[in-house]
Amino acid sequence: MDNKIIYFDHAATTPVKPEVLEEMMPYFTNKFGNASTIYSIGRESKKAIEEAREKVAKALGAMPREIFFTGSGSEADNWAIKGVAYSNRSKGNHIITTAIEHHAVLHTCQYLESDGFEVTYLPVDENGLVSPEQVRKAIKPNTILITIMFANNEIGTIQPIAEIGKIAKEHNIYFHTDAVQAVGNIPINVNELNVDLLSLSAHKFYGPKGVGALYVRKGVKITNFLHGGAQERGRRASTENVPGIVGLGKAIELATNNIEQYNKKLIELRDRTIEEITKKIPFVKLNGDRYKRLPGNVNFSFQFIEGESLLLMLDMKGIAASSGSACTSGSLDPSHVLLAIGLDHETAHGSLRITFGEENTHEDVDYLMEVLPMIVERLREMSPLYEKVKRGN
Amino acid sequence: MYSEKVMDHFMNPRNVGEIENADGVGEVGNAKCGDIMKIYLKIENDVIKEAKFKTFGCGAAVATSSMATELIVGKTIEEALKITNQAVADALDGLPPVKMHCSNLAEEAIKAAIEDYLIKTGRLNKESECGACGRRCDDLHHHLDEDED
Repeated sequence: MDNKIIYFDHAATTPVKPEVLEEMMPYFTNKFGNASTIYSIGRESKKAIEEAREKVAKALGAMPREIFFTGSGSEADNWAIKGVAYSNRSKGNHIITTAIEHHAVLHTCQYLESDGFEVTYLPVDENGLVSPEQVRKAIKPNTILITIMFANNEIGTIQPIAEIGKIAKEHNIYFHTDAVQAVGNIPINVNELNVDLLSLSAHKFYGPKGVGALYVRKGVKITNFLHGGAQERGRRASTENVPGIVGLGKAIELATNNIEQYNKKLIELRDRTIEEITKKIPFVKLNGDRYKRLPGNVNFSFQFIEGESLLLMLDMKGIAASSGSACTSGSLDPSHVLLAIGLDHETAHGSLRITFGEENTHEDVDYLMEVLPMIVERLREMSPLYEKVKRGN
Repeated sequence: MYSEKVMDHFMNPRNVGEIENADGVGEVGNAKCGDIMKIYLKIENDVIKEAKFKTFGCGAAVATSSMATELIVGKTIEEALKITNQAVADALDGLPPVKMHCSNLAEEAIKAAIEDYLIKTGRLNKESECGACGRRCDDLHHHLDEDED
């Protein structure tokens, strides 16, 4: 085994592109000025932040003043949901979301429930889709916010965001979408989609970690998130992470400019992998919608084996991937997403997520298809569950 | 997060398989929790001559199964019954705290297999049950919490 690592976990994080890093570097050292100061190196920082804001706005079809930088995608989700909830409490206390949101949304909603808000967690179908009709039916006179993710981080399913946005608009309800997995993978225009708030995170599209953004449509009532200085127009105090913001700006520009070519490549790798796994390995199930899914996402359950074992063996072969198994999450329960699409615990424990990115090639898939069937077979030979199947009972 | 010994026993597990007409068979855990361990024993004059296992579970579950079978071969059933989950974990140079419940499973599987042997040889009433077999995830959660505290 050589030392090369084949990285198949781009939904977890991506490497910073050299062009992005290059733009960031001066802001760590000689261009270190605090953007709130009036001398030249301070003004330079301020200018760099505003240029990044314009790039983010352009990528989303928004206005620069509608973009607020945050410390992460999770922070953007927290701000959007708590901010709208507390600012609009006099109008109502009901929030609509889905059962398969990221924990940054789910746990924020649960927190709000403990503070007197009412939350509807819409179930999803076996492919992880929520229907616009379900959303419409869940609306009540006291509904103030709909928050539904653009694309799922585990199974890659893309939700009907435009249709949901239309319904939200008809009912005059704010619509937030956690687009952390979607930005850079799906073209997004917040006006065409009728999205009022949108969260994104730089490190999912070859930008740095520790920086994200929240789009807030002009006129949306939302509380300030961090109290302190006048940064981000007083809504999110903190001395700006200038290199991070510059990196986010560059990364989103590159990602959105190149989206069609990038998608074409990822879809090819994805479809080939789905096809070959289905053909070469028995007792498997593709999780998530076959077509309405992120270009780079493959998620399979392998019956009779457990996900962490699978990941460890892949790691020994130099492949980095992810699983919805309990054993990889630090809890004893398997992924809430896999349970929500109706998998039993046993099948949910045996899931493998492969997420392709920029540097992956067909040779990487060749190698995966060389080792994966062997590893699955080896673990199955060790499994008492498989033994029962082979005996036919 | 795993010791080298755990990885060794995971990648090269000892005693994987089944024993035809085993003298004692124990199966504990359930698929819902994400791990099942099945141990087969060949026993002569109350001495464990051979042990084999099959396990559905994480790296720690496979490694503890492998180590547990190594520890009991050559021991009398009385000695084998005294092997604790801590002893299995120690023999593997330790397990991460969240994985300690996997070593409980190994201890319970050994007990279940020996009890099966005792029942088969008429020395134990079928009614007296293995304390581990009926345990559910929730109970294991408790164990886990205690271990972490």
